[in-house]
Formats: sequence, structure tokens, C-alpha cells
Amino acid sequence: MTGLFLIAQLAGRAVAIDSAQVESVVDLGTIVPVPCAEAQVRGLAALRSRVVTVIDPRAVLGGGMSAGSRAVITCIDGHHYAILVDALEDIAPFEVRPLASGVVLEGVWSSIGYGTIELDGTPILTIDVRALVPGALPLAA
Amino acid sequence: MDDLLREFIAETRETLEALSGEIVAWEATPDDRERLDAIFRFVHTVKGSCGFLDLPRLSRLSHAAEDVLAAVRSGERTPDTALVNAVLAIVDRIGEIVEAIDAGAPLHDTGEELLIAALHEGAEAAMPAPVVLARRTPARSVRLNVELLDRMMNGMSDMVLARNELARRLRDAGADPATEAALDRLSATVAEMRDTVTRTRMQKIDALFSALPRMVRDTAAELGKSVTLHIEGSDVELDREMIEMMRDPLVHIVRNAIDHGIEVPAARRKAGKRENGRLAVSARQSGNQIIIMIEDDGQGIDVDALMAMAARDGRSEAELRRLSDRGKLDLVFEAGLTTRESVTAISGRGVGMDVVRANVERIGGRIDLANTPGKGLAIAIRVPLTLSIIAAIGVSVGDQRFAISSPTIDEIVSIHGEAIRIDMLGSTPVATVRGRRLPLVDLAGALGIVREGTAGKLVILSISGGSYALAVDDVLDHEELVVKPAAPTVMATGLYAGHTLPDTGVPMLLLDCAGIAASAGIRFWREPEAESCGREVEAPAVPALLFDDLDGVRRLVVLAAIDRIESVPTEAIRHSAGRLRLSLDGRIVPLVAQGDWADHDQVQILRLRDGDTEIAYAVREAHDIVDLPDIVVPARVPGPVAGVVALAGQHIELLDLFWLFGEHGDLPTRAAAPLCLLDGSETVWMTSFLKPVLENAGYRVTAALKGGDRPDVVLTMDAATPASDASVPVVRLRREREAAAEPGTIYRYDREALLAALTLSSGVGI
Repeated sequence: MTGLFLIAQLAGRAVAIDSAQVESVVDLGTIVPVPCAEAQVRGLAALRSRVVTVIDPRAVLGGGMSAGSRAVITCIDGHHYAILVDALEDIAPFEVRPLASGVVLEGVWSSIGYGTIELDGTPILTIDVRALVPGALPLAA
Repeated sequence: MDDLLREFIAETRETLEALSGEIVAWEATPDDRERLDAIFRFVHTVKGSCGFLDLPRLSRLSHAAEDVLAAVRSGERTPDTALVNAVLAIVDRIGEIVEAIDAGAPLHDTGEELLIAALHEGAEAAMPAPVVLARRTPARSVRLNVELLDRMMNGMSDMVLARNELARRLRDAGADPATEAALDRLSATVAEMRDTVTRTRMQKIDALFSALPRMVRDTAAELGKSVTLHIEGSDVELDREMIEMMRDPLVHIVRNAIDHGIEVPAARRKAGKRENGRLAVSARQSGNQIIIMIEDDGQGIDVDALMAMAARDGRSEAELRRLSDRGKLDLVFEAGLTTRESVTAISGRGVGMDVVRANVERIGGRIDLANTPGKGLAIAIRVPLTLSIIAAIGVSVGDQRFAISSPTIDEIVSIHGEAIRIDMLGSTPVATVRGRRLPLVDLAGALGIVREGTAGKLVILSISGGSYALAVDDVLDHEELVVKPAAPTVMATGLYAGHTLPDTGVPMLLLDCAGIAASAGIRFWREPEAESCGREVEAPAVPALLFDDLDGVRRLVVLAAIDRIESVPTEAIRHSAGRLRLSLDGRIVPLVAQGDWADHDQVQILRLRDGDTEIAYAVREAHDIVDLPDIVVPARVPGPVAGVVALAGQHIELLDLFWLFGEHGDLPTRAAAPLCLLDGSETVWMTSFLKPVLENAGYRVTAALKGGDRPDVVLTMDAATPASDASVPVVRLRREREAAAEPGTIYRYDREALLAALTLSSGVGI
């Protein structure tokens, strides 16, 4: 399976995100916290006239809180979410391969990672950003 | 009905256009099942609508075509060329008739019988005489789907935000006047567009009311009752989504009124009423709310029967008896309660008033009952104008802002106010607001927000079941907000009702007040005691005039007191013979002015009248007529202002008519009238509640003695002896009905006993 992938730094790791899941890449303005929501819900931010729910993957993947304001926007069931990323590096077509036999992802990574791509000989985990959103259905690989 | 007809024409025309392709295709391949189905659906829909709209010709044609097509579908007939032609001729004819109806042109019905006959098996093909039609009038309306309107609305919000940002940047950069003027023009256009776009979602409430006459007739006939229906305010517009949401509750209430409320003719005759029951359904707009009233002149709600039912459902009788009148009436809203012994076909089908209330509350509305046993029941449903735009109050906690929907707010009080206290019962905080004890929730605690200072304001919220006080840092402002549902993960907290993007461009969460109460562990049970003195006197809404006073303050005055409003030149105002007076129509009338009138050439005056006494009250401008809120927070000292009410989130002062007439009216005072002094801590209550009663009984009433005056009797609610002359008789009032705690006192709502005691004490027979 070949597709266009976004290479990003997410919670300190390089990951590849299927561009079909990404509506746009933005720099967020003020983030208003949502008290009592789950840890990875960082808050709400305005995106033009839309309000997006900001998800901080570091809250579940470890590594404290994301510092930057760069995010990828994804839409699930009519609701828009901004997934905070550390950095965006590239966008290019890649071929996805399943995880090599014997490789078992740990913790939350196991619920979001579903394969790998190769970038100049380096394997990069492909993730399903929608699985980072609490309450949204995780996509079966 | 016109609306329905227009809709039918538009719909038929649209389907016909879409169908023309299908018809040609069917002609080519008569066996094509899909095409057949499409044409069948079309004639079926036309037939259905015609029966409803009373269009017999169309009905006959479509019925005949439907029969034949049904036979084809079931395989009884084969679609040969003759049959296809005959059906198509009918479809064409339907189109012609529809155009003729739209154009208002007569269309001869020759040949229609032939068209129908041609459908029969083995019939000769009929060629209808070609009809010359008036040119089709261009359609003045189009049908849009709601999604498109929503997108328009979103685009509009984008535009407003972009305008705001532009304005902000221009302000920061210091734009030149020409640019500012251009921006102003843009702003005006944007505002107008926003209005227009909002209106596209509006529909006349007639869409809801038009089905009522038939329903009332049928329901009444079924029950052997006769009911006259009055409908008012069909022109009022509200969001079309809202209209759909209101349909079921309205139908239910109307059926209920006929089934449970209005009696059978014989019973009505016995009760001295007209045999024809009266049912009035009306709608009116009040600010950003629509009030729908359903009033009947039936038997009202039998509260005793209601209590008996509740008791049978396992509620404790003692607890039921302790309910306030309103609490008893509210039993109607409890699940599964009906005063009917038997379930009839009309109501009692498992959808009760509880569902009605839940539906109304779900769309941000409120439902209130005014019951007069034996005389009738009035139900008022208040709903916001649109679902998406709601009136809200902004509150702040720590460094965050939240919105609370205005209709749920009873009032807002300062935590440091006089009549407010906060106590701890065990580890549970309780707020006492003017004697009313309420559970207290600190918003900061509920949301886990760390605040630096202390809470400053209490927002009293009324939710299904009861009221509670929410402590916030500050109350910011009143805004109209476009609220959208938040992401499932945010909604899952149960604390928020949605999110919104106010003009600041920073997202804000709308609090779910019921959810916050639930998460704070508040459970309501029925209040055993009457809630507060203001609540016991339940009355229909009193209209009041909203105006800007001379001192710039916005105030209210009860409308009934105003004889008329007129403009007068300020030169007609003079300070003469010790007070302000106005010469008006050749007479001199006492004038009350709170503020400066000398700078104006003209002022508006409200001519207040009480019997023969007239007072002129000078104002800057009269504004609007509104419903006087139930709760008036009394002023601390008697004066021109009786108290303050919360109106659309603002504090509005209410004029004290008694004080005005008492102080300024040239009342023919009787020298012999005994003087009653209201003394002690509860003078405000006594002034607002008792003064009219006492004055009616012939007393002069005052709360403060002027020099030389000696009261004939003192009225107090304090236990201590009043400071005045000890020789003056004192009548003491108590708050509780039972006398046990305070012997020698009179329950303050016992008018007879009170007046008797006054007469006895003052020694002056009146």
C-alpha cells in the first residue's frame, strides 16, 4: 500500500501520518484549557471561525507537555481535532509495510502504530492520529 | 394553507423536472423497475398531498395512475406502449394543472376522463386536446436544504471574526479616518448580512399552529366535547429547527387540555360556564425568547387528586403535604403521573408531561403552569429564538472564562451582599440568599481551577428539580453566542453544553449547569417549606415599561400605572410652591424627576395615575414593554426605587409606585386617619407588602416619623420594643404560620387578624 505520508516529530519520535487523515497543518493561537477533561485534551483553540479540540500526544506517550503550537488538523465525525506535533519534516509518497515479525510496540504506541515506512534506510512508524483522540474510534490497521 | 400550497407546487414542479428524464427512459424501456418505482413514488406523493390540500382533480388523476402503476408493480399488468403513454399523459396533465394553480389561471377539465379511461386495459389511446397555458410565472422562492443554510451561517461567523480582527489591527496601527469609515461601512453591512442570514433559518410559527384547528376539532369530537380554538400570533418567527422540536410538546399539551382540562358540555353547564370550551394558543416574542401560551377554561389541575396519585405511587404523604403550592402543581411533571383513572385514546399513552418538560428544557426552554382550579390552566412555554444562538452570561474563574445560558439564571448576587451568607453544614457549604437556603457549588472547585482571590459573585441557577448557587470570581458580560456541540471527549466530562467562539476570538465553553450540580453531588428533593416570601405570591406576568431615566439609569415601571406617555417642553416645568410641578393641559401636576431636566428642550413624561391622583414622571426615553420578573430584590430604604430586578442579565431598578404616590401624589389626606409606623428591621417587607393593605384600610403609613408626628400604632416584626414612645401600642408580626414560638404575635399574611389587631390597638375605629 502506497500513500502520501507526513513525516513529523511526535512526542520526541519520528512518525509518519497518512495524509488522508490530515486536513491541514496549522500554528495554533491561544489554547483554552478544558477542566476535568482527559489528560490528553489540552484545550480548545480557534481556527478561523471553528473551534478545534487540541490533543497533546505527550500526555499519553510520555514526555511532559508539548511546548510548540504546531499541530495537524484531523476531522473525526464532524469534529475537528488539532494534534500537537513537535515538528513537521517532510511530505512524500511512501510504501507502508507491516511491522517486522517479532517487533511489538509498547504501551500507547501499540494502539496508534500500524506499520512502517522507510526513509533513506531509516524505518519510521506509521501512526493513526485518530487513535490519539479519546472517545474516537481507533482505526483497525 | 397558502404556504402549504406553495410548498406543494414547488415540490411537485421540482420532482417533475427531475422526473422528466426518468419518463423518457421509461418510455424506451417499460420493463425498467427503477424508473417505474420513481414514477410511482411521484404520483403517490401527489395523491397524498392532494387529499390533504383538497385538490380533487389532481387527486383523481394521480389516484388512477397510481392504481395502474401498482398493478404493473405487482405483475398484474405488463407495461405496454399504450399504458406507458396513458401514464405519461397523466403525469403531463398533473404538471399542467400545477402550473395553472400557480398562475391562478383556470384550466378546463375536458379530456381528463378520457385520460383516466385510457389507463384501462385495451383502451384506445386518448389524445388530450392541447392546452394553451399562461406563461409560467417565474418562481419567487427556492427550496434550500438546511445544510446549505448552516454553511452560510458558518461563513457569516467567519466574516464577523475577520472583520473583528481587521478592526483590531487597524486600531493598533492607528488608521486614517477614510479607512475607518470604510471599515464602519463594512461592519454595518456585515451586521445586516448576519441578520439576514439568521432570518433565512426562521419560519413563521404558523407552520406549527396551522395543524391545530383540525386536531382540536377531531380530538374534541372524539371526546364528545365542543371546543372553540383561538389562535394568536401566527406571524411570530422562530428557527425552523425549533419549530420541529416544539411540535410534539405542543400537540401533547393541546390534547391534554381538551382531554383533561375542558369538561363535557353537561359538566360545564353545571359549573356555570359556556358549553363551548375555550382554548387559546398564542405566541409572542419577548426579547430573544418566544413565549407560547396555551390557556384553557376547563377544570384546571386537581391538585388533591394529583397528590393522591403521587401517594399511590409510593411517595410519603407527609412529605407531599409539606410541598409548596407550586411544588404540588409540579407533580404533574413527574414521570408516569396522570389524574385520569382510565387511559384514553387521546392522552395517557405513556408520553406524559415529564417528557414534554424534558423536550422543552432540552432546547433551552422553560415551562410554567398557572393553575386556577375550576377555572382553567395556563401553560407558558418559553423557548429561545434559535437553537444555535443563545443568550449567555460570561463568568470568570481564575484566569478562565465560561458562559452560562441566561434562561437558567435566576439572579446574580454579590457574595458580600447584605442578605447573603455562606455557612458550612459539616463539610458542605450552604448559601442563604434572602432567607432562601441553597446548595452552594464553587465553580473553581468543581472544575479544579486554582483561584488566587476569593469568589465574588453567586449565580443562582434554576435547573430541573431545584435551584443552587454557583460561586464564581466575577460576572463579565451578557452576550449572544453561537453555540456548537463540543467534541465527544469534551462532552464526556458532563460539565459542558458546548463551545462557542465569542467576538474576542478565544474559544469559550458553555457550562452545563445541571451537569455541574450532578458532579458536585447535589440531589434535589421537594422543598418542604415555602421557598421565600416573594415566591408565595404567584401571579401572571405583569407588563412593565423599560425606560432611560433622566440620570441615565435604565428603570422599570409597572405598565398599568401609566396613563400615557408624552413629550413636553421643559419650560412647562417649574419649581413652585415647594416642589417640582408641570403645567399640563391647563392643570398643574406634581412632577418627579430623578436627574437633570434643565439641559433638555424637551423631556418625555410618564403620566402615572392612581384613581384621581396624577403624577408626572420625567424620563429621557421610553424603551420597551417587558414582563416584570417575578423576583424583585427590595431596595434598602424606601424611596422612588422599590427594588431591583434582573432583566436579560442586567440590573434594572423598579419604580416604587406606592412611594411615588405616597410622597408626591396630592392625595386628599384625611387628618383623622390614624398613623401607622412601620418599625424595626423588616420595614422594607412591610412597606412593599403591607402598606397598600393598610392604606386601603384607611391608615396613613410611614416608615420614618417626620417631626411632630406621633404614631397611633406601631407595626413591627422585631421582638425588641421599638425605640419610639413607649405609650404607643405595638402590634407584632411573625413569619411562621404557627404561633408556638412567638406568643402574642400575628402571622404576617393573616390580613383579618392583622387589621383587627391594629384597630384594637390604635383605638381608632375605621
